[in-house]
Amino acid sequence: METQTLEKIIAEHPYFAGLEPEYTSLLVGCASNVRFDAGRYLWREGEEANQFYLIREGRVAIEMMPPHRKAIVVETVGEGEILGWSWLLPPYTWRFHARAVEMTRALALDGKCLRNKCEQNHDLGYELLKRFAQIINHRLDATRMQLLDLYGKR
Amino acid sequence: MANAEIDPMMPRPWVVRRISKETPDTFTLALEPSDGGPSGRGGFQPGQFSMLWVFGVGELPISISGDPAEEGSLTYTVRSVGPATQALVSHGAGQSVGVRGPFGTGWPVAGAEGKDVVVVAGGIGLAPLRPVIYHVLRHRDRFGRLVILYGARSPRDMIYRKELAAWARHKDTQVLSTVDYGGVAWRGRVGVVTSLFKYLRLQPARTTAMLCGPEIMMRLVARELAARGLAAGDVYLSMERNMKCAVGSCGHCQWGPHFICKDGPVFSYAHIAAMLDRYEL
Amino acid sequence: MAERLQARLAPEEIDKLIRGLARRGYQVLGPTVRDGAIVYDEVAGAQDLPRGWTDEQEAGRYRLKPGTDGALFGCSVGPESWKKYLHPAQVKLFEADRQDGLFRILGGPAPPARPYAFLGVRACELAAIAVQDRVLLQDKYRDPVYGSRRDPAFLVAVQCTQAAATCFCASMGTGPQVRGAADLTLTEIVNAEGHWFLAEADGDRGQEVLAELDRRPATDEELRLARTAVESAAAQQVRRMDTAGIRDLLYQNFEHPRWDEVAARCLTCANCTMVCPTCFCTTVEDDSGVTGDRAERWRRWDSCFTMAFSYIHGGSVRTSSKARYRQWLTHKLASWIDQFGSSGCVGCGRCIAWCPAGIDLTEEVHAIRGAVNHGNTDA
Repeated sequence: METQTLEKIIAEHPYFAGLEPEYTSLLVGCASNVRFDAGRYLWREGEEANQFYLIREGRVAIEMMPPHRKAIVVETVGEGEILGWSWLLPPYTWRFHARAVEMTRALALDGKCLRNKCEQNHDLGYELLKRFAQIINHRLDATRMQLLDLYGKR
Repeated sequence: MANAEIDPMMPRPWVVRRISKETPDTFTLALEPSDGGPSGRGGFQPGQFSMLWVFGVGELPISISGDPAEEGSLTYTVRSVGPATQALVSHGAGQSVGVRGPFGTGWPVAGAEGKDVVVVAGGIGLAPLRPVIYHVLRHRDRFGRLVILYGARSPRDMIYRKELAAWARHKDTQVLSTVDYGGVAWRGRVGVVTSLFKYLRLQPARTTAMLCGPEIMMRLVARELAARGLAAGDVYLSMERNMKCAVGSCGHCQWGPHFICKDGPVFSYAHIAAMLDRYEL
Repeated sequence: MAERLQARLAPEEIDKLIRGLARRGYQVLGPTVRDGAIVYDEVAGAQDLPRGWTDEQEAGRYRLKPGTDGALFGCSVGPESWKKYLHPAQVKLFEADRQDGLFRILGGPAPPARPYAFLGVRACELAAIAVQDRVLLQDKYRDPVYGSRRDPAFLVAVQCTQAAATCFCASMGTGPQVRGAADLTLTEIVNAEGHWFLAEADGDRGQEVLAELDRRPATDEELRLARTAVESAAAQQVRRMDTAGIRDLLYQNFEHPRWDEVAARCLTCANCTMVCPTCFCTTVEDDSGVTGDRAERWRRWDSCFTMAFSYIHGGSVRTSSKARYRQWLTHKLASWIDQFGSSGCVGCGRCIAWCPAGIDLTEEVHAIRGAVNHGNTDA
């Protein structure tokens, strides 16, 4: 039952749409339900990046700690979004902090396990990389737009 | 000066009834007519603007941000960015401000009846859209869902924060806001306003979208809406250029063939999409 | 309307015409020589007119020189146009005072003390007045300043019988024959048989004034001579504007290498907009007294060539001289058509003569037209 639910969530997620059923099952095999209370860090900068999350409920802030300045939130990731791609790219360490702003439920996917499977099966590797490249692309767009400081004084 | 009543170039004295602080640099002024004459009844279409004259200092085009159903008063939200706006927001209750207008085209509130209304605002761009929100909430049964997407620079730059929370409690009303820069204490969303669309279930065929904010933001949002299936003719933008006379005769606010003051400020995206990409037009 | 009156006048009658108009209460304004140029000013009699002068104009060049025929109206248009009277360079919109934080408007712009009579309005200028009528009187808003000057004005047109090298009215369809509504239209003829004027009036106002002058009905031969003289002014024109499809031409060439090329020469001095008889842009300025209890609001000519013109919070929209020249030319020749139903250019050539860099809009349009196929490049 639990596995079926996970399968459904992953199969219906826009980023995994059209994925071969065998790959979807593979993802399900690497997935587990997790929960973070408000204020809890999902990870901190520099830690090993061995998973990604599909947020089901709640909100996670990506934080930067600039030296000699207060921490700033550069982005929040919420329901339905995928959080984390550092597991896919060397050196497999997190660049920023991730903190649950409110109680957050998510599917955690084991990136280390997936990494190994991708090495063995490049078709799977390509499918995943293609999908994560899209996520990275969206984030890059959003970051560039933020850099415009749209509403600020020019 | 019988002419003062009819000449749109002559400011009429209105009096500041109340002034309230929205953010460190943005204020809302409620004006009422000082003469009580027929010129002082207010009345405007959501999206229209007035020219506000500060005695001896200068004049500014300011969108009307109050409730269109409220007679005998006019409300403006002003961000203090220069000498004239600074002088305007420094008025005390009981002092007079010169008012010309209202001028320009309004949001297509009648045309949006029966449809979902998506309001996308950036920064102080929420001010010219607030009359639409008041109108839709007042005539709730005439419209479908009301979605308000609001982006601001930081939490302290958000205007109408209490109202945003109150609007979200209305039936069939969804309010999503986001900021570009949030502190760790901010519990809301951080990210650009276009990132909010993923939380929406748009019904593209029966939706009217109204956009107001920095031009580049509107351009990006309009593209996002097009990618999500909205027809260009269902997307409206409020444009800004240098408006001096407000009646199309001083030439300053020209934008291609349009005078923003009389042909706009509200335009259909279908009419201006190509012009939005022209730099220094 | 009465039947058209066509009469021959001796040149001395022009003096009587001026005095007749003044007697009727008009302030008579006409061409006169000042500072080496033809300017418009009050004329008390024919002695104030530029008798015996003619001019020489080219791109970036204007010179008065003695003519050979002693004509009263032997000069083409100078740097000024009638808009200096109808749409003044500066006008006080109102005065206000303030007490205890409350202000009162004390008065609006005053109409001129006497209505204007313009003597020597060329065909292109009559066309320019019609263009400004459309902008300032016949749009959504009627400008009371312009209206109070324009409505009572008496117009004495003078058809051109010679063209400056900068003229291109024939190609704009605005001259040299007078087509617009003037109260009185004169054609000055100086030939072997002598010096005389053909005077034509269609309306009552013009015919009344004409009736006071010594005249005799014009003969068919005299009408023919006048027509030929005006036609020769068209034939003399060395510049022309190809207006075919010009609106789309300019809209489609928003990006064109020629804009960069012209921007390299343009000084953005705004001379062209000041001398243009149709440019109507204005700005407003507020003045307050030292005590802060009195204020005035003035309207002044403005120009799309200034940086401040397109200023909005954050900066000007058109920062480059390329963008500003393009705005001026595209507005004048293309978007004007969308806005007001006609071209904003009447072919008077003032902007060519008075450009310190000698930029010639007919040449710019020609260059853009010639390069249409490799235009439209992205910036």
